Amino acid sequence: MIDLLTDFIGELRAAGIPVSMVEAIDAMEAVKHINLGERAALKAALGATLVKSARHDEAFDVAFEVFFAHHRQAGSEESPASRSTNGFSSEAGGGGGEADLDALVESLFQSLLQGDLASMEAAARRAVTEFAGIEPGRPVGGTYYLYRTLRRLDLDALRDRLLEAVLADVDPADALDQRLAREDVESMIARLRKEIQDEIRRRLVADRGRLSVARTLRQPLVEDLNLMHATRSDLEDIEDVIEPLTRKLAARMARRRRLLRSGRLDFRRTVRKSLASGGVPLDPVFRKSRPHRPEVFLLCDISGSMATFARFTLQFTYAMASHFSRLRSFVFIDTVDEVTRYFGPGIDFGDAIGKIATEAEAVWLDGHSDYGNSFARFQERYGAEITPRTTLIVTGDARNNYRPGKPEVLAEIRSQARALYWLNPEPRSYWDSGDSIMSKYESACDGVFEVRTLRQLEHFVEQLSLPGHLTGTRQGTAQPVANIGR
Amino acid sequence: MSLPDPTEVRSALADVGYLADDRIAQVVFLADRLAKPILVEGPAGVGKTELAKALATITDRRLIRLQCYEGLDESKALYEWNYKKQLLRIQADSDKDWTEIEEDIFAEEFLLARPLLEAIRSDSPVVLLIDEVDRVEIETEALLLEILSDFQVSIPELGTVSATTTPLVVLTSNNTRELSEALKRRCLFLHISYPEAEREKEILLHRVPGITEHMATQIARLVRSIRGMDLKKSPSVAETIDWARTLLALSIEHIDEKVVSDTLHVLLKYQTDIEKAMKALGATVSAAVS
Repeated sequence: MIDLLTDFIGELRAAGIPVSMVEAIDAMEAVKHINLGERAALKAALGATLVKSARHDEAFDVAFEVFFAHHRQAGSEESPASRSTNGFSSEAGGGGGEADLDALVESLFQSLLQGDLASMEAAARRAVTEFAGIEPGRPVGGTYYLYRTLRRLDLDALRDRLLEAVLADVDPADALDQRLAREDVESMIARLRKEIQDEIRRRLVADRGRLSVARTLRQPLVEDLNLMHATRSDLEDIEDVIEPLTRKLAARMARRRRLLRSGRLDFRRTVRKSLASGGVPLDPVFRKSRPHRPEVFLLCDISGSMATFARFTLQFTYAMASHFSRLRSFVFIDTVDEVTRYFGPGIDFGDAIGKIATEAEAVWLDGHSDYGNSFARFQERYGAEITPRTTLIVTGDARNNYRPGKPEVLAEIRSQARALYWLNPEPRSYWDSGDSIMSKYESACDGVFEVRTLRQLEHFVEQLSLPGHLTGTRQGTAQPVANIGR
Repeated sequence: MSLPDPTEVRSALADVGYLADDRIAQVVFLADRLAKPILVEGPAGVGKTELAKALATITDRRLIRLQCYEGLDESKALYEWNYKKQLLRIQADSDKDWTEIEEDIFAEEFLLARPLLEAIRSDSPVVLLIDEVDRVEIETEALLLEILSDFQVSIPELGTVSATTTPLVVLTSNNTRELSEALKRRCLFLHISYPEAEREKEILLHRVPGITEHMATQIARLVRSIRGMDLKKSPSVAETIDWARTLLALSIEHIDEKVVSDTLHVLLKYQTDIEKAMKALGATVSAAVS
């Protein structure tokens, strides 16, 4: 058991979940108190001791499924009859007979309709045996077998049949009930899909050993996803994480100096308070220093090459807008426009994105990035509104399509502001390759950060909070941040 | 009362009106066995604080609650010396020698115990609830570490106060920020998310007396459907219960679009959310008509 747990913890660490020594010991301790025969109990015990963030639950689930697969061995519950079809199907390259298929789909249909999970699982197992055509030792991933199985089963047709059957019981005039019934069917199909996936995974484990399967199933955690190539569902995961991050950023930037007793002594209130202790001034009262009100200008490149990242930065902007009263956002492609008004309170993010795409005037000539012109226009239109309290954040890949970059304009903008940071979603090694002119702009910035993942964004937020950066003097700002950025 | 096994925990919790799922029962049981704090995380209104209260009831312990907020410090969480009383003592003993007085004034008598110290010093076993721990600054978290791992408090003038009985500690967090590694390491982690439709139905039947099975099922399914939408704030369990109560008070026996549009504001608190949900639910109406 200890070996197994050690392997399991090793796998979690390899998947990116931080597990400390103490937590590993806790897990061993916890396992002593539970009934090992119960899989759910084991999962709860390991989950509670090893995984300390809901973000990592999914990675944990996958690893757990691989390491502690159902105690029944894959396929062991099958009748001899179905074993023989198994032999047949592998000969035929994973294609069971049509009669088998129909019978199987029918039994799946019945079990789903009645919500009979046990028989659904059994049917799913049979489906995998018949149609996945798993060949021992063949080095293909689970998705390949999943695809083969699902193609034969034709889940869409199954869904339609189920829907028809379920809707027959529902009053057609009752639209609400219909909607609910539809969702029920969706969730049943999703469940079946997951069961098939799990079953394939179990067989792969039986075939190749758990360590190697776990390795192939490993997926990047949310915070390590590449923002430039994030898919839609990745972005949804990211959305959940972004809210706490912006709150953190807001707290860091607005950090009042209340921890330091830097204010002047408030004599009157000190005397008043001392009355409670017989005239002895036990607690001197200090004047509160005025809270610092940060003002943030965000400039986002929303050109084609930045499409996915732009969606993310706008999402970030949207989340930030609810924390900063003085946040102004701008978008640019080859010219710049202010979009602050689209992010007001109570405006839906989807609507805001749509409006920006159609209404914001970020295109001047041809819709290819032109940083030089954008900065010049920005300086012309909004330059007067930048104050020494303004922090500017630019996001973009600095790919300027070989147009004049005008870094001197950026330097001029910088000289009016408190600080200027640049977040670039490309890997550092790509900077200055092709039409990227990052280094030209870099000298005008207080800090240039590679932000390809949420983790790096978090790192940026953390840097901001170090004393002497955002809240400190300008001389103090430029040097250390630039070093860390590098 | 100690907790014999997870199944018992679950049924005991159910007896006091808290319907736990398997995972919750398991973690609570382990926390009791390993004498470790539980860190409960999840969206607002899924019953994190309720869990602590229910735990106190089933184990027959006193509940001591520390509500966290920004700016919470030692003197409000741990202990504070009672300056005024000390001062009086000094004035009363002004003829005595200083070393003698010093010994006198730093005695337990002059100590004002705040929730954390109170939980440690209590003679009877307690449940200590540290609510919304994510609201304190990261530096303040450090205050909790000694208590959470060793169940003791060090007071420089007095020495170390250790717990006589091990308190059952529950920390809750709404996950507005990442808690420090040091804190997480000391706790068992329990993430509670919105319940499955089936369990939510049970909760409704339990918490809203007089509701019909049909209504409970319909409400639970509808709420699940609404939670599936992309909203600013998904309805919490507490709001679901409120909604059920509202519908019961209006003596509604079947929910249709009209009922939804009239009462949705009980469930959703943002205008944009209400409009979005209406649109999503209304869209199926027009689809069915056409």
